Amino acid sequence: MSQQQDNHKKGILEVSAIENGTVIDHIPPTSLFKVIKLLNLDSTKHQVTFGTNLKSKRIGTKAIIKIADKYCADEEISYISLVAPTARLSIIRDYEVAEKRQIEVPTYVEGFVKCGNPMCVTNHEPHIKTRFDVFTRGGELALRCKYCEKITTQEQIEVIR
Amino acid sequence: MKEKQSLVSIHDFTKEDILRIMELAADFEANPDQRLLYGKVVASLFFEPSTRTRLSFESAINRLGARVIGFSEVNNTSVSKGETLHDTITVISNYCDMIVMRHPIEGAARYASEVSKVPVVNAGDGANQHPSQTLLDLYSILKTQGRLDNINIMMVGDLKYGRTVHSLLEALSHFKAEFTFVSPPELQMPTEYKMQLYERGISYYETSDIMERMEMADIIYMTRVQRERFSDIMEYERVKNAYILHNNMLAKTKPNMKILHPLPRVNEIATDVDSNPKAYYFHQTENGVYTRMAIMAYLFGVK
Repeated sequence: MSQQQDNHKKGILEVSAIENGTVIDHIPPTSLFKVIKLLNLDSTKHQVTFGTNLKSKRIGTKAIIKIADKYCADEEISYISLVAPTARLSIIRDYEVAEKRQIEVPTYVEGFVKCGNPMCVTNHEPHIKTRFDVFTRGGELALRCKYCEKITTQEQIEVIR
Repeated sequence: MKEKQSLVSIHDFTKEDILRIMELAADFEANPDQRLLYGKVVASLFFEPSTRTRLSFESAINRLGARVIGFSEVNNTSVSKGETLHDTITVISNYCDMIVMRHPIEGAARYASEVSKVPVVNAGDGANQHPSQTLLDLYSILKTQGRLDNINIMMVGDLKYGRTVHSLLEALSHFKAEFTFVSPPELQMPTEYKMQLYERGISYYETSDIMERMEMADIIYMTRVQRERFSDIMEYERVKNAYILHNNMLAKTKPNMKILHPLPRVNEIATDVDSNPKAYYFHQTENGVYTRMAIMAYLFGVK
């Protein structure tokens, strides 16, 4: 029996509960560190716990992030959808789920995704904020750069902070 | 019109804008000596050389009575000392009333239009956009066919990387064109553009055989198949001659058919085509001057 199955049987949480804050669940494991970078969690003062390659009925394996005493802004939440479209976000108060927040895909993003085109002016000039229109193509999200007009696919998204 | 309008991408112009440019180009062709921009200074900033485009713009500026300042390549400029595009454009926009710029980096013209105090006309930003070329192509189609609606156009050659065919496709989509795409499999029209046509209900046909639909075409738009585009050089050697237009291939084409090419041509149109009345690529360059006069007069709001 794996540790995870064993823990499940014992009713032990893989990632310990938080009293107050935000839980981002059902993150694809490959997107975990993109979400961490996107939310600046690598330099936050908040207590952050995360787990990855956990079992998920919905997406097979998943990652989860719990951030104590932090509540994300709507803009941050919508940006999560670009790198982790399956993610679910819950607001925790006094160990209980106080609110489940819908993650809506933005139609426009500015300043946190690198343009995938190496010849784009945003990859050559200093101090330009990247700007993209977001649209769906063949069921996948895609970002069209406002400058070079080239498309960065969801798979290609590299977070810059 | 907005106080400061730039032309960076063909998407910046609506169908109505495009039609107005066509009218103005015809007006300038009928009477090229119109000093509507007398007293204005236009900066012609060529961050990479492009003699044809630069001279065409500068001819248009001169015909409109404005004066030109600028450079034709970046040696001996502050750019070669490492100045950012931001700073170059900020400074030069204090010296002039309009900037015409060519730059090797994609999106450079859009960024310049955000930084500049004066309108920016994109004269080509890397592989991205070259809207004055698209407008002169449209003007050439209008002049030779008498209409822009329902044109049957055959695009030949490098349809994957060729920015002129992509922009022309988008512009002609306003006018319900019928497209035939002729290219080697490695250089096919990207899916993104075909999906745009599909979403707009516009039909297209794809083939690697240049002769297959030639009889139906009103316009043959030739582009160059470049060796460096092929990952497999053997494949290039195999296909390179399949996309060369010879005079004897044109016998069954429609009487109104015209051949366009953004130039420079290398060998994709044999020289025996040049004397055929259906060859239009050299006239096309003359149309470029009138179209660029039209663009500048329109952006200045003097027409």
